[in-house]
Amino acid sequence: MKMKHLFVATTALSLSALPVLAEPQAEVLHWWTSGGEAKSVAVLQEEFAERGGTWTDMPVAGGGGDAAMTALRARVLSGNAPTAVQLKGPAIQEWYEEGVLADISSVAEAQGWADVLPAQLAEHMKCDGTWCAAPVNVHRVNWIWANKDILDQNGIEMPTTWEEFNAAAEKLQAAGVTPLAHGGQAWQDATIFETVVLGKGADFYQSALVDLDPEALGSDTMVEVFDEMRTLRGYVDDNFSGRDWNLATAMVMNGEAAFQIMGDWAKGEFLAAGKTPGEDFLCGATPGDGYLYNVDSFAMFDVGGDDDKVAGQELLAELIVGPSFQETFNLNKGSIPVRSDVSLDAFDICAQTSAEDMAADAEAGSLLPSYAHGMALRGEPAGAITDVVTAHFNSDMSSQDAVQMLTEAVANAM
Amino acid sequence: MSNWLEKQVPKVVLAPTFAAILIFVYGFIGWTAWVSLTGSRLMPRYEIEGFGQYTKLFATPRWDTAMNNLFIFGALFIIIAMVLGLLLAIFLDQKIRTEGAIRTIYLYPMALSMIVTGTAWKWILNPGLGIEATVRGWGFENFTFDWLINPDMAIYTIVLAGVWQSSGFVMALFLAGLRSVDGEIIKAAQVDGIPTHRIYSAIIIPSMAPIFLSAFIVLAHLAIKSFDLVIALTGGGPGYATDLPATYMYAMAFSRGNLGQAASSAMIMMLVVFAIVVPYLYSELRSKHD
Repeated sequence: MKMKHLFVATTALSLSALPVLAEPQAEVLHWWTSGGEAKSVAVLQEEFAERGGTWTDMPVAGGGGDAAMTALRARVLSGNAPTAVQLKGPAIQEWYEEGVLADISSVAEAQGWADVLPAQLAEHMKCDGTWCAAPVNVHRVNWIWANKDILDQNGIEMPTTWEEFNAAAEKLQAAGVTPLAHGGQAWQDATIFETVVLGKGADFYQSALVDLDPEALGSDTMVEVFDEMRTLRGYVDDNFSGRDWNLATAMVMNGEAAFQIMGDWAKGEFLAAGKTPGEDFLCGATPGDGYLYNVDSFAMFDVGGDDDKVAGQELLAELIVGPSFQETFNLNKGSIPVRSDVSLDAFDICAQTSAEDMAADAEAGSLLPSYAHGMALRGEPAGAITDVVTAHFNSDMSSQDAVQMLTEAVANAM
Repeated sequence: MSNWLEKQVPKVVLAPTFAAILIFVYGFIGWTAWVSLTGSRLMPRYEIEGFGQYTKLFATPRWDTAMNNLFIFGALFIIIAMVLGLLLAIFLDQKIRTEGAIRTIYLYPMALSMIVTGTAWKWILNPGLGIEATVRGWGFENFTFDWLINPDMAIYTIVLAGVWQSSGFVMALFLAGLRSVDGEIIKAAQVDGIPTHRIYSAIIIPSMAPIFLSAFIVLAHLAIKSFDLVIALTGGGPGYATDLPATYMYAMAFSRGNLGQAASSAMIMMLVVFAIVVPYLYSELRSKHD
């Protein structure tokens, strides 16, 4: 009994002795666990600690974030959400609708986010007009990566139309080189698909994969898209089933294949292997005008008014969008800063191209969210489209049948 | 008093297990059934909306593929594993000298997890690394064995790996059954000059009926809950050609944020299990009453 009294007394004392100023605390759920990514998170962690914060790391690897989402769901259901979670695209709004996100508008306004973030990207960070997430980077998805030696030996230029790409691929195939390095995983099939759709015009992409307009989905243009997918299937080697994207990148690196269509995280693989852009490998936008972006971000969860955690969220949000983190992080990750006012001098030629194109495409209205990477659509319709794309790519289904299936699948998923 | 204790102690000891099963098995089945009737997305919601999720499920081509695959895989896996297991058991039953060693060899795949089996077979069946590449390396340039990347054939690679893993176990079951048949009857049949194959087909195998039933039940539930083998061997691909209901449910619940749809597919899976298990339980219970 005595012990208990003593305990209560000391607890009361220590509580009353707490400083009035909140100590920033953050528990951060993310799935950046591979080499370059882990390094990037460590940068954030250091900056956070320098500003007097306590960082609790909660990395959950596996399944491209699926495992982390499962952990998140369990935490939210038990009423103990992490302070910040790596989330992106419409998933942020989906969580907002569950009523579990916090409002970080005060930081966003104090830091003037609206002035430094491209308006279209900023829109993804807002829930019903208030800021609820902090953007980390911009990945461009529609890149073609090429092995420079192979192109030079075969006298091939970086293709700027799909016809040129097909011609180059035929030439390479005749020379005994695998034209396209690809991994047979649904999301990789979807990545190629969306770049082909983009090749038919930014407006077509917008109406088909963002607005899900049944007319665009069932149009003859979509038939042509599937025709091109079938052609591309012929340029892939036989062992592509289940291959990871980084192994496909390695094929380009080692001269086993000429091209890969993949987002700029592939650049990280080239750089990690000591290759130089422009000398060993080339980067070019996929044919057609437009820029498909994939923006990583952190959403802040409602922590029930715990001052320390709220302070942690505000500090974290400030640091994430802050120029110094934007630069260091993105140099590690292969992406570009989301802020338009960060100097790109330290970045390589591909990143500089990416930033220039982003600004130009934002003007031209062809800056578009990537569907294959969960920026354009919610899980259900995006999954339905991916199912059709991957079923078509991996079988001998006709393009007409694929378009038919696509319209039905999207209607079923609405 | 001691009599009372004797009666109550077993109940007290069993109570926690009973309660746990009541909540964690039947409670959650009920919960899943409830969620399958709602429009739950990322998080469970509890307003009942009706059978919309089921209508949607049956309109999804991927679900059709998954169910078809379940029947192809289930039927072939169960039949081939049982036939192979029975043959192996009969051959082993011929009082051969190295029986112990051979039995261990056939039983050994069971010691591997499905993930290991799936990964090993993925390499063996990969056209660029495994059988096809090896045979081509021997000079047969036109040899093709590309089931793994052929969407029409990929499901059979899963049957192959599953059978490889489980037939040894079925063999052990049948071997025990063979050994439990009364030797006197067999000797009597031999004295009467009945040929060996007739002894097996008319005496031994019919007397093993309960073993067939157990083997069937074990294999059937392995087939229905099969998940790890598919994930390791094909990842559900090419495309979704080798999806099974379990992988479909996983994709819906954990990748697509669609709990309602996942719950409805889980309910259908459970109905399939019921369709198999209920007749079995019924026959078991009836035979006890007789």
